[in-house]
Amino acid sequence: MNQAASKAGAVRLDAVAFGYGEVLFRFDTAFPAGAITAVMGPSGSGKSTLLNLVAGFETPQSGRVLIDGVDMTATPPAERPVSMVFQENNLFSHLSVEKNVGLGRSPSLKLGPADRQAVWAALERTGLAGKERRLPRELSGGERQRVALARALVREQPVLLLDEPFASLGPALRHDMLDLVADLQAERGMTTLFVTHHPEDARRLAGHVVFLEDGRIAAAGTADDFFAGTGPEAFRRYIGLDGDRSRDVARKPT
Amino acid sequence: MRGGAVTRDYPRRDSRIALGVLALAFITILIGGALAGLFAAGAGDIAGALAAFDPYLLRVARFTLWQAALSTLLSVLPAIFVARALARHPAFPGRAFILQLFAVPLALPALVAALGVLSLYGRAGYFAGILSSIGGSDWPGIYGLSGILVAHVFFNLPLATRLCLESLQTIPADQWRLASQLGMGPGAAFRLIEGPALRQALPGIAGLVFMLCVTSFTIVLTLGGGPAASTLEVAIYQALRFDFDPARAVALTLLQIGLTAIVVALLARLGADMTGDASLPVAPRRYIANSAAGTALDVILILAALAFVAGPMAATVASGLEADLARLAGEASVRKAAATSIVLAVVSAVLAAALSLALAMARRALTLGREGGRRPLLAFFTDTGAGFVLVVPPIVIGAGWFLVLRHLGDAFAAAPVMVAAVNAVMAMPFAIRAVRPAYDAASERHERLAAQLGIAGWTRFRLIDWPALRRPLATAFAFAMALSLGDLGVIALFGSDQVQTLPYLLLARMGSYRTQDAAGLALLLGLVCLLLVFAADWLGKERNP
Repeated sequence: MNQAASKAGAVRLDAVAFGYGEVLFRFDTAFPAGAITAVMGPSGSGKSTLLNLVAGFETPQSGRVLIDGVDMTATPPAERPVSMVFQENNLFSHLSVEKNVGLGRSPSLKLGPADRQAVWAALERTGLAGKERRLPRELSGGERQRVALARALVREQPVLLLDEPFASLGPALRHDMLDLVADLQAERGMTTLFVTHHPEDARRLAGHVVFLEDGRIAAAGTADDFFAGTGPEAFRRYIGLDGDRSRDVARKPT
Repeated sequence: MRGGAVTRDYPRRDSRIALGVLALAFITILIGGALAGLFAAGAGDIAGALAAFDPYLLRVARFTLWQAALSTLLSVLPAIFVARALARHPAFPGRAFILQLFAVPLALPALVAALGVLSLYGRAGYFAGILSSIGGSDWPGIYGLSGILVAHVFFNLPLATRLCLESLQTIPADQWRLASQLGMGPGAAFRLIEGPALRQALPGIAGLVFMLCVTSFTIVLTLGGGPAASTLEVAIYQALRFDFDPARAVALTLLQIGLTAIVVALLARLGADMTGDASLPVAPRRYIANSAAGTALDVILILAALAFVAGPMAATVASGLEADLARLAGEASVRKAAATSIVLAVVSAVLAAALSLALAMARRALTLGREGGRRPLLAFFTDTGAGFVLVVPPIVIGAGWFLVLRHLGDAFAAAPVMVAAVNAVMAMPFAIRAVRPAYDAASERHERLAAQLGIAGWTRFRLIDWPALRRPLATAFAFAMALSLGDLGVIALFGSDQVQTLPYLLLARMGSYRTQDAAGLALLLGLVCLLLVFAADWLGKERNP
């Protein structure tokens, strides 16, 4: 199903409009396939909404969501070639690590030998070997997110959506996790959209940056441009590069 | 905003909504069929139905309201002061035990309570000797209005006390601290602090008690003792079982539905919770200055209420133990009735749990799929609408189906189906209270994850929902089973020699003056129901780690 010619996992939002209440979002952009894009912007600017639209948790009022040129607008979340890791509630608390990962292969947990092998390999790869039988409550916060990443691995989907998955982790742990994501992405070449509030995370991980403001994409470009101090004015104001004290870096209530 | 914005779209082909529609269809057929049967019978004999609106019927209607009003007054008024006394003495010895005891009448089948009242205050009751010597003549027993009132107060005084106490305990500790600093006396504190808190809750509490007394069937049937003290529900039963006068039954039923609809509409305006029961938090620390006289009065009040509530329970146990329990347990008719009761109660409880689960699931799925603030009819019926089944008392549903089924053959043969189905629907609003919050919480955590991984339908229930719902469903099951086990509504209409439940057998033994047998059966029935309700309570409180 992967096209050999071009990299798989090209995500495109084609004149997508979405709103609830008085809030309106308009997205019209394409994300580079096989690369990591950081999605940044103030609280309420639409970062999570953008990811939810790609994942299929939200349906646009108009416009199309395309993945590898296929119109996914009406496709249910489970049938899209997408894996998503949320900030929390990534795991079923009553199921073991093994089973939580196994659900990525079969939604009814009917696992064959090949599936078990994949689960085992993913756990090994994410540093969870030996913890297969544990319940989520017996893991640390970082380990829980590793399980979610392991499940994304066994799903083998070309698109990976990360909605601030490491926001509640301390700096050192967060850096470890970012390195893991970078390594996994390098191995698998997944198109990765990564919501974060931390400029240094974006700089560390992403090749591209998309900056949202007031429900639309205010700027997009390479990370190098963004962080060279020559990026868009709104972005510089957001991360506080202009000396103008940023007003919007307050963390989103979670 | 994260939780609010997500997941508004995928119920498009959600099987949960289909399940909810199925549950609603079942309820609609059960209630609609009964109403259709009533209207058909009424239309077939309009002259008869109109003629049934005679002075007797009006007298019955008047008595129904009168006894309910008196019962409400006698339950709620003392409850205010008992609750206040309990609120003012958070360290009263045995306070927790008293409150636990006050929860027992709710769990007891009405028939058991009625028997307890009789064995205490009846003509041959424990108090008959004392009461005779006080009155100077033979104590006539408390049949009629007095009996109904005593039994209703036995049920509702503790309920009202717990609800009043709950509202008193919502008063912030700061207010009490302020009051003591300002030197407010008990009178001023009642007027300025406790009064306003109670005023908010009282209409709802009084409304709930009034509703329970207007639709009370078992108590009036067993303690009313004659046409002079008959309510609409008992009159419906008599019209069908003894006079076989369908026209009169229809007239009575319509009046009963009209009456309960008015009461429920008023209740809804007052904001009362129809399925109310009080869950009491730990008593907050108080800064209350009690005078010695006030304390003495409070102690007397609490002890009097305790004696009044504990009396019939103790009498039930004492007279039950006098019965030859071993012989009773060996009797074939008792064993058969017990087996029938248990089978019907289990079926009814499974059905109630399934109905409440289906409605909770459908409601959640509809909530997730709702655009904007629109509230389609289906969402209403899976939500608050489900509570409206309580408007139609079991006797009315039974009466309607009784009239339908008599045309189709032997109505009595349908007894098991009717008993299980009606009790399930009547327990459903209570079961929903246990199941819905748990389902909503689980869905809040797992909805997106399940959608992402494509876990749906039966797989989702087995893997994801069942572990979170096991306990709440067990709560719903145990509660519904207790309700069904103790019920003497539908079975009073449909019972026969072929199909007897324990309450029906108990009633029969009472009717043939085998009082000891009745007392023994009441003890057994009461104990089983108590155990079930406390199990339900315990299962509801225990949290998953």
